[in-house]
Amino acid sequence: MKFLRMKPGHGEVLLAEGDVEVASDEELLVEAFREQLEQGMWAAVPLTSRDGRREAQMVKSFEEVPRDADRVIFFPRAAGGR
Amino acid sequence: MVLALSATAIVIVALLWEVAMPQIQEAYERHKARRARVARWDESLGPYDPGRERRAEQRARQLLRSCVNEEEWAMYRDLGFVRVWGKLADGPVQGGSDETDAGAPYAYLIYPHKPVVAYLPQTRALLNEYCVTFPDETRPYGSARLPDSDDVLAKWMALTGDERNLVSSANMHLPGRQVDPRQVRRDLWRLQMWERERTTRERRREGTGSLPAP
Repeated sequence: MKFLRMKPGHGEVLLAEGDVEVASDEELLVEAFREQLEQGMWAAVPLTSRDGRREAQMVKSFEEVPRDADRVIFFPRAAGGR
Repeated sequence: MVLALSATAIVIVALLWEVAMPQIQEAYERHKARRARVARWDESLGPYDPGRERRAEQRARQLLRSCVNEEEWAMYRDLGFVRVWGKLADGPVQGGSDETDAGAPYAYLIYPHKPVVAYLPQTRALLNEYCVTFPDETRPYGSARLPDSDDVLAKWMALTGDERNLVSSANMHLPGRQVDPRQVRRDLWRLQMWERERTTRERRREGTGSLPAP
């Protein structure tokens, strides 16, 4: 599983990568997830449904991330614009 | 004769002015923003690299392409916006209309760094503008602004993942506050033409291009 973060002036940045079935990797991913949430990021998992439709699932904790997800994308929290 | 020619020339200039003005204005705004970015550049961030934004946008486009479906990607590549169908049974939380209350299908147009526009595809009636931004206050290169395609992807993820939350986070305005309704209607027309052409091409590819008998 990869954690990516959108960054101004850069595009996405790889934050962490690991196998959720390996305890040490999972720990690292949980820590990275918490850190991003503390920085005010939103997290989304891009998904493909059985009928081929693409959508995202917003996740608020690491436990909500599907175990078979290959990436989680972090992006700044939405704010009302002008 | 001279009078007629002058009148024609005035009409042509007025029409050209009407058509070209939004593009000229946008180009001027972009130019101003670029100059401001260079002027505001903080030397502690190292030398200003004008190619950085371009490379960031290239990366963002690849990420967007890997997340959305093939049709949405082609739409963004060809038309510059993405349509997302609304999923709330009673229309957007704020705003909406009698039609959305009655369960009519509605959709959003996602533009980079512009408000999300909600509309009714059947009538092309514009419902609302949802002004929403994703500012990254860490400002890694002095700006809080995501690349264009990342902004589109952020809106797409937030809309497909939790439409109600995004709509309630946004500031809702009537159509026309920031995005010119004429431009949106033109984009909806372009979208219709684009879809028609795409369908024809696909039918032709599948060998079913013949029209049904009357």
